[in-house]
Amino acid sequence: MEANDKTVLICRGTGCESAKSPAIQTELMSGLQGSDVEVKFTGCHGMCQQGPIVIVEPQGTFYANVKLKDVEPIVGSLKNGGGPVEKLFYKDPATKEGLSTYHDIPFYSRQKRLVLQNCGRIDPEDIDDYLAEGGYEGLKKAIFDMTPDAVVQAVLDSGLRGRGGGGFPTGRKWKFTQDAPSDTKYVLCNADEGDPGAFMDRSVLEGDPHAVLEGMAIAGFAIGAQKGYIYCRAEYPLAIKRLQIAIEQARERGYLGKGIMDGDFDFDIDIFHGAGAFVCGEETALITSIEGNRGMPRSRPPYPAVKGLYDKPTLLNNVKTYANVRLIINNGADWFASIGTEKSKGTAVFALTGKIANSGLVEVPMGITLREIIFDIGGGMLDPNKNFKAVQTGGPSGGCLPESFLDTPVDYDSLIEAGSMMGSGGMVVMDEDTCMVDVARYFLDFTEKESCGKCVPCRLGTKQMLDILEDIVEGRGKPGDIELLEDLAVGIKAGSLCGLGQTAPNPVLTTLRYFRDEYEAHINHHACPAKQCKELITYHILDTCVGCGLCRRNCSTNAIIGEQKELHYIDQSLCHKCGVCFEVCPPKVFSVEIRTGEVKLVES
Amino acid sequence: MSEKYIQLTIDGTPISVPAGTTILDAAKEADVEIPVLCYFAHTTANGLCRLCVVEVEGARMLQAACVVAAQDGAVVHTRSPKVERARRTLLEMLASTVDISESPELQALVAEYECFPERFEGGKKRQPVVIDDNPVYLRDYSQCVMCWRCVQVCADDAQFTYALNFSGRGFDTQIATFFDKPLTETTCVFCGNCIGVCPTGALKAKREYLIEQGVAPEQVLELTRLKGRKNRT
Repeated sequence: MEANDKTVLICRGTGCESAKSPAIQTELMSGLQGSDVEVKFTGCHGMCQQGPIVIVEPQGTFYANVKLKDVEPIVGSLKNGGGPVEKLFYKDPATKEGLSTYHDIPFYSRQKRLVLQNCGRIDPEDIDDYLAEGGYEGLKKAIFDMTPDAVVQAVLDSGLRGRGGGGFPTGRKWKFTQDAPSDTKYVLCNADEGDPGAFMDRSVLEGDPHAVLEGMAIAGFAIGAQKGYIYCRAEYPLAIKRLQIAIEQARERGYLGKGIMDGDFDFDIDIFHGAGAFVCGEETALITSIEGNRGMPRSRPPYPAVKGLYDKPTLLNNVKTYANVRLIINNGADWFASIGTEKSKGTAVFALTGKIANSGLVEVPMGITLREIIFDIGGGMLDPNKNFKAVQTGGPSGGCLPESFLDTPVDYDSLIEAGSMMGSGGMVVMDEDTCMVDVARYFLDFTEKESCGKCVPCRLGTKQMLDILEDIVEGRGKPGDIELLEDLAVGIKAGSLCGLGQTAPNPVLTTLRYFRDEYEAHINHHACPAKQCKELITYHILDTCVGCGLCRRNCSTNAIIGEQKELHYIDQSLCHKCGVCFEVCPPKVFSVEIRTGEVKLVES
Repeated sequence: MSEKYIQLTIDGTPISVPAGTTILDAAKEADVEIPVLCYFAHTTANGLCRLCVVEVEGARMLQAACVVAAQDGAVVHTRSPKVERARRTLLEMLASTVDISESPELQALVAEYECFPERFEGGKKRQPVVIDDNPVYLRDYSQCVMCWRCVQVCADDAQFTYALNFSGRGFDTQIATFFDKPLTETTCVFCGNCIGVCPTGALKAKREYLIEQGVAPEQVLELTRLKGRKNRT
């Protein structure tokens, strides 16, 4: 690339697309028509909070929050060779200083992007872009320079562990499936990402679909399979579309299908649309679903490696696990094993969400601390005046870790030890306004609804736990509830058929472990320390009220009474606790107060 | 080829069984009784009621004895505190949400494991209305423990009619027909196998039900007899 050959990259991941990035791309293309600047779209660039994102390479100029009206100055600066458009720079939240390139932004500079190396850089709908970045070199090397045994050995030696969250050594899974005797075997890719707030797999599929296809083809070669399926949820239409395009292009170029790269290895991939059941992320339920039945898990053993899809040996890995494979084959197992910690190799991809300044997609080496991810890369709290309270990893199977665990290294074993888990990569940050009992209730509500209903402990147990949690957040908690929750949790974990039930009580157990005082406050004092549980709070107007009437006019139930310029008060019998009065009261006046617990009892 | 035998210990009793034998069958050999609910000798075992769970030394989770094959050298505990606790919680949950008044075996287990279902008082009960949509039998799913036997005998285990399956999710999961259609509009051939394998009173022959209700036998016939082939819906 010559120095003045510029490329404009516009992010078209699901987040940026919903913020009108396709229209911005069209405008950019028409504006730059006839110039030597190339315009192309990419998958997710990661910093979703700042989307839509436009990047000018080779300098790496980073424009954040680009609107349609911003296209004109960008086009102007590119055409006339002027300086970059400074007002679109990302501003450092601490110094308020504009940062011109993404290399300068801590969000990017602290990451290690391996799985995501092509995401946000290549056009995911153009196989040539992928090939230019060394695409399908790993497959070529595996087929022509290696034996299946050598490929399995390389994955074993790399120390790669399942990126779906369980962390089972990938190489061992490959070995089991390779050793299972059968003419027909299957390679399945689990893209049924369902954790609340998680979008890593979707972003990889949208941004770099060929990497997943290549990983699956290498796996097919290693274990002796000819057919692969990607189980992708139908809620990811963009991912499915780009996968479909990628599969067709790969077939055309001979990277999939009969006689790959003119060798004698046949392998093809199809997409299976999942109907959006969370339980289908469990491997046996996923297989049952592909077979055309209701997605329900089966008892293991036999494991899918022995008896999986259509009773044939089946290899099933997560999207990111397959995306790692070509890196291992290309760069060697030793290179991969040199990244990360002793027992957790490589990188971890997280979807940062919640009350965090920089929501988005990040990739970090294993072993980095939660503090570095949340405060250095994530930029800290969304509202800098609020305190950090907890971070939730592992989705409904994981747990909430308090501030004292911020220096925990992020790897499979440390997180399990702390009571949470790595999970597939969802990371939800919570601030002081989050009620931890309500968080537990939320996750139990999720697992109760997503339970397939097959086994008794999960079907009935999650409902019992949810009932108790609902009682607590609605002020009906009674002494003994905590103990009952703990007892139920043990029973459900020990007795459930599949991973969903075996881990469903985890959000309750970790919140009980680290935030037991909040449960106790709800039950014993009818107080919600975070002032979130509606049944346990009341709104009051203090005598500093200036009588501006803003709250009165905004109140939807006419619960606020008072003459203009006189002290107002709230009729508690009419108040629905929507919180509008609290929101609209001018910050200078700040006369609305939320009270909880004993205060309420005294008043009533 | 001679069968390969494996050795294991169940509740302290050493036993030798052919490889591939389930823990449940091995336990029978050792005269150890493991309680079952969904397991039925003539249907495919699914291990879904979780009542037959046992502790196998070295295993991370409790194992469902009806589906897990015994391993050579395994040490199995069928009444360890962990197992008893899991079973007790299960029975309590079932007893507090499902009507077990017509399931003597379940009631006996509730008594044996000293269950205290009252601790879940106030929890939601499963109370779907009784479905009376055909002249042969009634479906009272408030008594259903979802053992899945009826689904299996209707499918590959006996009749191959596939009229019954699961519907709903989570707590509201229940046995149902396709799109909840009346049985007369499904593939059901009224073979009665499902009624035969039901371990509770959830599926009941209509005549039995009417007699229980005190309807006179002549009237029962009147109410359930079809008026000739031509009039069949």
